[in-house]
Amino acid sequence: MRYRLALTTTRAVNATSRRLGRGQGTVAGGRAGLKVDPQLLRRLTAGRRVALISGTNGKTTTTRLLAVALGAHGDDVVSNETGSNMPPGHVAALVANRRAKRAVLEVDEIYLPRVLAATGADMVLLLNLSRDQLDRTNEVRMVANRWRAALAAAPHTAVIANADDPLVVWAAGAAAQVSWVGAGLSWHLDAAGCPSCEGRITFADDGTGEWHCESGCGFARPPVTATLLLTDHGSTHHGLWADGRSYEIALNLPGRFNRANALMVAVAAETVGIDAADALAAMGQIEEVAGRFATRVLGGVPTRLMLAKNPAGWSELLDLVAQDRGPLVVSINARTADGADPSWLWDVPFERLAGRAVVATGDRCADLSVRLHYADVAHLVESDPLTGVHTAATMGDDATPVDVTTVDVIGNYTAFGELLGARP
Amino acid sequence: MRAPLRVVVVYPDLLGTYGDGGNGLILTRRAQWRGIEAELAQASSDAPLPEADIYCLGGGEDGPQVRAARALIDDRTLVRRADAGAVVLAVCAGYQIVGSTFPGADGTPHEGVGLLGLTTSKGVGSRAVGEVTAEVAATVLAPATLPTLTGFENHGGVTTLAEGITPLARVTRGVGNGDGSGTEGAVTGRVMGTYLHGPVLARNPAMADLLLAWALDTDASALMPLDDSAHERLRLARLGPHRAGATGRKVRHRVRRRNDR
Repeated sequence: MRYRLALTTTRAVNATSRRLGRGQGTVAGGRAGLKVDPQLLRRLTAGRRVALISGTNGKTTTTRLLAVALGAHGDDVVSNETGSNMPPGHVAALVANRRAKRAVLEVDEIYLPRVLAATGADMVLLLNLSRDQLDRTNEVRMVANRWRAALAAAPHTAVIANADDPLVVWAAGAAAQVSWVGAGLSWHLDAAGCPSCEGRITFADDGTGEWHCESGCGFARPPVTATLLLTDHGSTHHGLWADGRSYEIALNLPGRFNRANALMVAVAAETVGIDAADALAAMGQIEEVAGRFATRVLGGVPTRLMLAKNPAGWSELLDLVAQDRGPLVVSINARTADGADPSWLWDVPFERLAGRAVVATGDRCADLSVRLHYADVAHLVESDPLTGVHTAATMGDDATPVDVTTVDVIGNYTAFGELLGARP
Repeated sequence: MRAPLRVVVVYPDLLGTYGDGGNGLILTRRAQWRGIEAELAQASSDAPLPEADIYCLGGGEDGPQVRAARALIDDRTLVRRADAGAVVLAVCAGYQIVGSTFPGADGTPHEGVGLLGLTTSKGVGSRAVGEVTAEVAATVLAPATLPTLTGFENHGGVTTLAEGITPLARVTRGVGNGDGSGTEGAVTGRVMGTYLHGPVLARNPAMADLLLAWALDTDASALMPLDDSAHERLRLARLGPHRAGATGRKVRHRVRRRNDR
């Protein structure tokens, strides 16, 4: 009875908030439904097979990749595709599609233990763990310990985890079934201390990706099911399986990190009987995910929009844009969803942008400007992001003619969202 | 010709949670931009701490914080160099470990490095998280002065200064030391500790120049002025027009007690 009322409430609030133009209604309806029935998430996932994706970076894209891969054989899959990754967002998505027998849910790092307990998920993908929104999560090691306890209490859950991130390995190490994937890790600053004994982790620099704790406690990179390889002089990526199979990972999405996420999804798909080749072929059809990497016209200027919200994500994206020479707009906010403390700007290797024409924008453009000043990156400051995009389009530097076709725009969470919603 | 100024970021593998490496970078660049030869080094916790003129200690999580304190005590370089007049800037967890005792994850006290006469214990209630504004009284660093301090804090510890130890500042916004005295940080000789974490010097360039002046045995006012327009924009954004003066020339000593706790 309570369950029925909760379903009706969720739908009604969703419809109302959509009608009032207050967004997709994904969170408001779910929140209302959970008020009526706190067990709503448990009831909505009963009888469905649930896969959860969590980690600091890449959650939204990987969720989309997994939903597409698990639907490769034509099965109906329900997913919280908009990135609303807390229980109200899960509830809203699940209410909207009651028929699908398979649910693929992106989960906020802090909420993973709760959502795992409520859904009894049969599959969990763990991508990476690093500092993000420190004013909210405080300590990344605490998150790893909570994951570890939650997974130890879920013996029927198959875990697919990144073997190259020691904090993820610590978290997944207590799980009963794990498939390890050599997905890489570009940012090691949060991984230097052994989570097992407080010793020091050493990473091999011979390209093998091996790492181990120096203290001899035995904590080390586990043997992997598959690993990501750069081939043909860096132009293509392959997934190499321990049993000798190899598949090219061809995506329309840019970046090494997206190929790593696709490899984890391919390994996950195999655990439920879908061929890795079929899964990868399905993923290769995706053009963009929730606006990330999309080409958008903003104020008449063609732009490529990218999201980076913490040092690890920035590190990956700066590698990606380092090849370009055109102007770059960087937009930084510090609103609630971003974390109120932009100290992390000093962990980002902005030095790599030296020589680029850069515009600093967003609520916290002044914080960014000081950081760029000390990174020797010449830049202009323009607090309004759209004006910033315009400014960038008319800038040239020594290497770049002024008639560049596309302006790269990187924003952190709310800065990206704001630009995504801006008028063309 | 003097030897290059050596700036060392202490144990970034353990103490670097909040972009704290920025302080070492800012000090080094501000020296170099003035034509003063300066070297920046990141000192990993698995090697002896190098000799330096300025040491920067950052924030860290509970476990790494305990290991950093242990390593610094065993290594002995930091205490020896500080006794010999080296400058120390210690923020957040680094501030706690340069005191006499600080709490581990479970609250049990651990021995600190002992550069500042203060003790830290686990606070009751929620962590102190948010923006901080604080005023440095004219007597604290005399004859030097500092304009309004601005920063961000995120700590669960409560720090109590020993009798006679000078607090760095008095909070007008935020928590600071959190012991009910309304104070923030501490300073003894050339050792400065503060809860204003991460790149505190990005928001307070005058503090960077004061530390540089100490290390160079000169007066901050004798340092060549730099183009600080980026800093000034940031201070204006954080503090508003009344208290943003970055140069320290228009210091206001008025102490507000409204937020003392």
